[in-house]
Amino acid sequence: MPEPVSVLLPDALVRLFPGASRHVEVEAGTVAEAIAALDRLWPGMADRLCDSTPAIRRHLNIFVDGEQARLHSAIPSGGEMLVMTAMSGG
Amino acid sequence: MANRVMLLVGTKKGAFILRSDEARRDWSIRGPFCETWPINHMVADPRAGTIWAAGGNEWFGPAVWRSEDLGESWTHSSAGLAYEAGATPIKSAWSLALGPGDRLWAGVEPAGLFRSDDRGETWSHVIGLTEHPTRADWQPGGGGLILHGIVTHPADADRVWVAVSTGGVFATEDGGATWAPRNRGTRMDYAPEDQRYPEHGQCVHALAMAPGMPDRLYQQNHCGMYRSDDGGRQWVSIEAGLPSTFGFPAVAHPRDADTLFLLPLNGDQAGRFMPDAAAAVWRTRDAGANWQALRDGLPQQNAYFGVLRRAMAADRLDPAGVYFGTSGGALFASADEGEAWTCIAEHLPTILSVETLVLDA
Repeated sequence: MPEPVSVLLPDALVRLFPGASRHVEVEAGTVAEAIAALDRLWPGMADRLCDSTPAIRRHLNIFVDGEQARLHSAIPSGGEMLVMTAMSGG
Repeated sequence: MANRVMLLVGTKKGAFILRSDEARRDWSIRGPFCETWPINHMVADPRAGTIWAAGGNEWFGPAVWRSEDLGESWTHSSAGLAYEAGATPIKSAWSLALGPGDRLWAGVEPAGLFRSDDRGETWSHVIGLTEHPTRADWQPGGGGLILHGIVTHPADADRVWVAVSTGGVFATEDGGATWAPRNRGTRMDYAPEDQRYPEHGQCVHALAMAPGMPDRLYQQNHCGMYRSDDGGRQWVSIEAGLPSTFGFPAVAHPRDADTLFLLPLNGDQAGRFMPDAAAAVWRTRDAGANWQALRDGLPQQNAYFGVLRRAMAADRLDPAGVYFGTSGGALFASADEGEAWTCIAEHLPTILSVETLVLDA
């Protein structure tokens, strides 16, 4: 039985979804599956994390156990997925 | 019964709402809303009081925000607000219009049109415009390749005009299935001399429909000011008497089809600020035959600001209020159709759009 993935979300994202929390555990084997699980918890969150390419949005970075990841990247059982906003704006 | 008058102000750093009464003398301000996202445009439904705000955030992409309580709380959605996989993703929602039958339209960057039949919960792509044969020729202007203007017919939900920079004006009469360019008579000064009146490609800056005359449209273009009396099939120049051929907003009067408000800038290669650094709103009372500069209360020295394409609006009261916001974050208001002006807010972020909402108290 795989262990759940620990997801840490940026505050600026969580503020867009009333009731959402920065730390959540989901069942997922890849980044794409983890994002789909987040979207089931808080509908619309996948659109904030991914564009229609589909790809992780250009000014967001996702790390799996400390390594920069893409949508198809695997997440090991019990792994950690960290979503961070990149330096951007003016 | 006194009216509540609200100004919906989209800025580079969130939405703001100013509020006054029918006198439109004293204003309170609330905001920034929408998590300080850049908000390109806001519209409201005066019957239900719903407010929508179109924007896009560098981190989280495009969305249309909605408030059902006059700005106290907001939700957002981009469900369906996307091109197909593989196409350049949408960067930002740019323009909104509420048409007959509660049909809500959204223009986006890169230029395209979306439609919502559930008041902004979900969106569907108006593929007929994206697949128009001229689409490959559209080129980004200074603000990107944007669909920045949407004008709906007041009675016929299937008739819509859109403004694309730079692609020109396009119109549909079948709810968006098919589109035709409506640019005849508008000039393109940046083309060789014998190619200055093409069928499409002109840089339209703003479109406005005359009240009670849905076939009369006014257009501020990058290259001139125009009027059409046949729904955009033919345009005539009405720029004689204006200080320049360049400007962004064009705002129709709420009742008089012959009255229009403009804010010409000094020129596209001259700095794009107030002519002679002295601010003026220009008004015609005769459909563009004559123009009058309205300066009372506006800065007449060192006015090096610009006013963007959506950043001027009129309310529906009598006399009509007229409002504009500047690139420097100042907001000016007139409660008498432009005769006298007051600065009602300063130091806001760059103002991208101004719209009005008048509610019976």
